[in-house]
Amino acid sequence: MKILVAVKRVIDYNVQVRVKEDGSGVVTENVKMSSNPPDDNAIEEAVKIKEAGKATEIIAITVGEEKSQETVRKALAVGADRGILIKTEGTVEPLAVAKAIQKIVDKEKPDLVFMGKQAIDDDCNQTGQMLSALLNWPQATFASKIEIKDKVLEVTREIDEGLETIEVNVPAIVTCDLRLNEPRYASLPNIMKAKKKPLEILSASELGIDTTPRVQQIKVEEPPKRKAGIKVASVAELVSKLKNEAKVI
Amino acid sequence: MSVLLIAEHNNKEVRPFTLNAITAASQIDNDVHVLLIGNNCEDVAKSLSEMPAVKKVLHAEAAHYENYLAENFAPLVVKVSENYTHIVSSANTFGKNLMPRVAAHLDTSQVSDIIKVISPDTFLRPIYAGNAFATVKSNDTKKCVTIRPTSFDPCETSGGSASIEKIEPTEEFTSSKFIKREEVKSDRPELGTARVVVSGGRGMQNGENFKLITDIADKLNAAIGASRAAVDAGYISNEHQVGQTGKVVVPDLYIAVGISGAIQHLAGMKESKIIVAINKDGEAPIFSVADYGLEADLFEALPQFLEELNKLNSIQK
Repeated sequence: MKILVAVKRVIDYNVQVRVKEDGSGVVTENVKMSSNPPDDNAIEEAVKIKEAGKATEIIAITVGEEKSQETVRKALAVGADRGILIKTEGTVEPLAVAKAIQKIVDKEKPDLVFMGKQAIDDDCNQTGQMLSALLNWPQATFASKIEIKDKVLEVTREIDEGLETIEVNVPAIVTCDLRLNEPRYASLPNIMKAKKKPLEILSASELGIDTTPRVQQIKVEEPPKRKAGIKVASVAELVSKLKNEAKVI
Repeated sequence: MSVLLIAEHNNKEVRPFTLNAITAASQIDNDVHVLLIGNNCEDVAKSLSEMPAVKKVLHAEAAHYENYLAENFAPLVVKVSENYTHIVSSANTFGKNLMPRVAAHLDTSQVSDIIKVISPDTFLRPIYAGNAFATVKSNDTKKCVTIRPTSFDPCETSGGSASIEKIEPTEEFTSSKFIKREEVKSDRPELGTARVVVSGGRGMQNGENFKLITDIADKLNAAIGASRAAVDAGYISNEHQVGQTGKVVVPDLYIAVGISGAIQHLAGMKESKIIVAINKDGEAPIFSVADYGLEADLFEALPQFLEELNKLNSIQK
């Protein structure tokens, strides 16, 4: 089995994001960038499947600017065999990303495509489902457990009500939840080795993908701030405040 | 212009967030039609038709619609969408799973998780875990929008009399199969709509200690929440997770116990009306959003809290 894993370079999850004063977006200069956390789970799962002898090759792919290569290299360092960067300029919407990945799926013919359920920058939660639609493949979203049974995957999904289990025939798309596994760290020797693994660079335009945004970002602003609260000295004071001041209990 | 709202239900009842989605849809345009896809769900069709904001119910029935697989729902939504300018659903796991599949079929760039309708093509949505709000304008002719349920009031549920039109089902998608759903049954209010939420974090140390939280939740008729750390550690199951990748809650009262307050957790609760933080680390970021902060050991504070509640003559339900 061949697994394609899509990854995205995003502002690190520990960074307190700041809005630009001119309202054009958020500050990205001199800000730590990392791989999107649930994409790490997607890579980890693919590597585990390969280690279990159930996959032969893992290809890591990203769609983004030149620097996104580092996110692909990270995937290579934890076990992907080769990488693909589809170069784009500026903001790329999930629909365009899905279309770009579709081109690679047509060429590489993977059995499975994994990716994180959501990117923590735009919080869209769309790309996997969109790619499934474009390919007319099954979609197993928000996966917290994957079992491979020959040409069928049994996937446990985290839903609002609890857990749901579905079976999807291969080829399929799986979007990964944070509880799917514990992503490993890349060892230094593996980081060095990853530098020698092949990384193909294509551009969205040469693939015939129009990445012009359809949703125009008019402005970005700070959310309303909460007014500062107080510290209470005791539980009795807390309950009294909740009862008599806030009137919520 | 008219809006197609995709109803979430369990074949017996309308799920609560559908009511918030109907309100959002009617802010886009008054002409709201609801698409009900299910199996033996006549009762749901009837309740939808009684909602005054709903102008028409389109009702499709088939055995393969029983378990809401997006692969089965999407082709029907796409077929029906021909007559509509907007397709709307709630941004919970139902709508998040379904809408992008619809949008891609329609070659539309979806607008996810809106918190405000500014005009029929312009919306406000949080990005970066709610640390920024983006005003976005959709330039697609057909718009696919998911709405954050907690940002819109539920619609009225009685007094209307919309017509119910039966429509033909689409074919089954045979490569995906529903196996089972493990719903955790609880007498408590639903986390997404509860008036009070009591949440525990890593500071709870283990699952048994959540009893301290449930005792207080019982007293306050509250739902129980958790941080991702508590769920990851196995203290409590996933449907309790509040945050960027879990649920967003906006209760009147949110009590965070032993939760440090990572950005990702704050994303799910910082719009709550009153926030209480109980944490022994006075520097914990949770205190920056708390209206009332109590720096204390939760294992002492929670039993005292219960005691104080027991002393009250009355407690709001």
